[in-house]
Amino acid sequence: MKRRTDNRPLEARKASPLLVSLSAVVLGIIAGALLILLIGKNPITGFDRIIFGALSNTRRVGNTLGMATQLILIGLSVAFAFKTGLFNIGASGQMLMGGITGSILAYYLPMTMPRPLYLLVVIMASGLVGAFWGMISGFLKAKFNVHEVVSTIMLNWTAYWLVYDWIQRFIVDPTIVVKSKPIENAHTLRADWLTDLTGFSTLNYGFFIAIIACIVIWFILQKTTLGFRLKAVGSNRFCAEYAGIRVNRSIIISMTIAGALAGLAGLTYYCGYSNIMEMGKMPNEGFDGIAVALLGNCSPVGVFFSAVFFGILKMGRGSLAATGIPTEIADTIIATIIYFTATSVILANFWNRRFHNAFEKTEEAIGLALESEGRSDVDLTTLSSQERKNLRKAGLPLLKARTRAGKEGR
Amino acid sequence: MSHVIEMIGIRKEFPGIVANDDITLQVEEGQIHAILGENGAGKSTLMSILFGLYKADRGVIKVRGKEVSISSPNDAFDLGIGMVHQHFQLVHNFTVAENIILGREGGFVYDIRTASRKIKEISDRYGLSIDPDMVIEDITVGMQQRVEILKMLYRDADILIFDEPTAVLTPQEIDELMQIMRNLAAEGKSIILITHKLEEIKAVAEKCTIIRRGKLIGVVDVAGTSVEEMAALMVGRPVSFKVDKGEPRIGEAVLEIRNLDVLNNKHVLGVKDFSLTIRRGEIVGIAGVDGNGQSELVEALSGLRKVEGGQIVFKGQDITNASIQERNEMGLGHIPEDRQKRGLILAEPLSTNFVIKEFYKQPYSKHGILNQEAIVEYGQKIIDKFDVRSGEGITSLAGKLSGGNQQKAIIGREVEADPDLLIAVQPTRGLDVGAIEFIHKELVKERDSGKAVLLVSFELDEIFNLSDRIAVMNAGRLIDIVDTKDTDEHAVGLMMAGIRKEDGSEAQNR
Repeated sequence: MKRRTDNRPLEARKASPLLVSLSAVVLGIIAGALLILLIGKNPITGFDRIIFGALSNTRRVGNTLGMATQLILIGLSVAFAFKTGLFNIGASGQMLMGGITGSILAYYLPMTMPRPLYLLVVIMASGLVGAFWGMISGFLKAKFNVHEVVSTIMLNWTAYWLVYDWIQRFIVDPTIVVKSKPIENAHTLRADWLTDLTGFSTLNYGFFIAIIACIVIWFILQKTTLGFRLKAVGSNRFCAEYAGIRVNRSIIISMTIAGALAGLAGLTYYCGYSNIMEMGKMPNEGFDGIAVALLGNCSPVGVFFSAVFFGILKMGRGSLAATGIPTEIADTIIATIIYFTATSVILANFWNRRFHNAFEKTEEAIGLALESEGRSDVDLTTLSSQERKNLRKAGLPLLKARTRAGKEGR
Repeated sequence: MSHVIEMIGIRKEFPGIVANDDITLQVEEGQIHAILGENGAGKSTLMSILFGLYKADRGVIKVRGKEVSISSPNDAFDLGIGMVHQHFQLVHNFTVAENIILGREGGFVYDIRTASRKIKEISDRYGLSIDPDMVIEDITVGMQQRVEILKMLYRDADILIFDEPTAVLTPQEIDELMQIMRNLAAEGKSIILITHKLEEIKAVAEKCTIIRRGKLIGVVDVAGTSVEEMAALMVGRPVSFKVDKGEPRIGEAVLEIRNLDVLNNKHVLGVKDFSLTIRRGEIVGIAGVDGNGQSELVEALSGLRKVEGGQIVFKGQDITNASIQERNEMGLGHIPEDRQKRGLILAEPLSTNFVIKEFYKQPYSKHGILNQEAIVEYGQKIIDKFDVRSGEGITSLAGKLSGGNQQKAIIGREVEADPDLLIAVQPTRGLDVGAIEFIHKELVKERDSGKAVLLVSFELDEIFNLSDRIAVMNAGRLIDIVDTKDTDEHAVGLMMAGIRKEDGSEAQNR
């Protein structure tokens, strides 16, 4: 397709999702800085500590990425469902189900099993069980029109109590009766080379699972007929139905894939990051994932980076304590960013207005410059971008002079 | 007479388009002044500027001779300018009176009784016949529109803007609205009527300002100008209201509907024992008042709705229970009634919309992987062939197109898929003369190339202009099928009311 690159742009450019997300991050950090100032501490020290805690050595970097791993997968799960017009609040439950599957298998599968085979089995099993948990919500929506927000929240609690029971029943640590027995190292996703490389951090194979998932999801959404179908249903299910796309099937597929991603997140968390499961604990990551997806504009690449960013905040906050700044500051920053992301329209409008004004100014400056050169009959649309740049430079002082003259005149 | 409104040399530019280019509008007090133009000509932009929704890049606005700056609808209200929007802004479970005083309740405790009395008074004065205590969801669309008018009058507006007010009304309601507008003008209100329907202008307006592609074409005296002249000014060339078509060359039956029963949304039979055969090379029009089972029939044919009884046979195959996709693949094209809800994904680019039914087939995809190049190429072909105009071509979001171009895009998609049967429901609703002409020609072209066309329309003109045979529907039943050349609007009108010609009795009593 031909694209006009040289001619005059038809309009001022629009704020990209990236710019909006970055603005939200900057505003969140500013809000955090103000809060730290309010309690009489130095914000620079605060942020320095966060960065220190998250990134100052390979072990900390490893831990941050280890923390980001489940956020990436959960973020992807939420984002994927979003694209099909579904709101997956049930990532926590799907994560628990994936996690308990992995944990039970880790406990009962023989230690003699070849490691690649073992990994394959637990990855498949956790993904499938998470997928099943997501599919239930998809099925309820497709068949009985039960809103997915309701069903996923209920299934979160179903998973919570199932896990409560199953830990007790199958994998309890007899000495500490509220936790599962820690998984043998050979049955976690930890890898010796990764652990050595990052000075005994929590980084594990899960991180690679997350990266592969990002690529796969990007591919599905952008390049496949499956993605086409799901996005069509998400954007306008009536049109999709009219076009012959099976809407109900798409809803079930979408929730199934979302569930699988969250199930994998559970595996990486409980069998790679923490390696134990506690009874009666709903994982927060399920909800953090919503923020990750929002900040990442529901795109796989965006989700990856926003998850890493949240990982930095979450890992870094531990180091705040020594400075007397409450660690909750990090959570506050995250919350503020979520607010700003949720109100992204305002941010986008702000940037659009700025771009528009700058564009108008350029146009005016060019007009004045042309006038002063006695070429006012030149069609603005025929100028090349280089010419535009030069004319703008020449015109800006003229514009300034005119504005000043206008003010004095009044 | 003095000008109550003057807009002089208005210019407004949008990205890639000059919506208003040096337009001047002068409205005299107590007159009905029409603004005529095709969709996208710039009528709405001009009115949005007057109403404070947009700011003009250049130009002067004077109200009652005084230059004013209107930067929000509130400014417009303060100047006594009110607008009746195309889409009503009413709270459905509130009463008429509650809706009217909404935003003007006064203190903490509002006095609904005084308000009701005032509303009743205004309603009586202008012949609006509105009961202030009725709940909005219980009253007809025509009455809802009168509530919108009342809202303006209650706020003492004396300059009323009507934006395409008849698009949602039945013929009787249109007549009533015209009478109300005359009453308002007689009481000294000034009215600006935005429309592309010439008969309406002819019926009520005194002056008419004609706009084409953002430019002022002329101001005419309605009484001294014929409908054809105005249409030509609007479109920029002579317009034929009659569709040119030759004798049909009728082939074999494509669609046979046999004793079809279909439930409607209220779970009663919306289509009852309906039988109809459509053959190659003919256009069959279904005439009937909206809500007599047409939508249910079409949805059953296209697979969107389950069939309760009877049979649908398409090209010799029973498709009564076939999926939508199977029907599409067999060659059933469908121009849906609601182009924004069903016809297009507004948030997606045109390229996506053009392959929405075919993306899974080669060459648009292979083994489940999309081929963007083929998709773009195909879309470009439709855009060129059907003259679909948009700001950014194939990458334009469907929602950014004007109504006429959205419809052209849908028709392009359906025709390009080369269907054996094309079902067109209200294909020209809300479109201007130019687009209507184009779409009618396309439908006739389909017929002449040996396709079968089923046309559903609530406008008798359209049915008579296009159809070779007319099937009249009333209360879900087929009243009769007649050859267009053997009947007239009066006879069909009677049948639409459920009265059969031969026996003169109500059809339902059979």
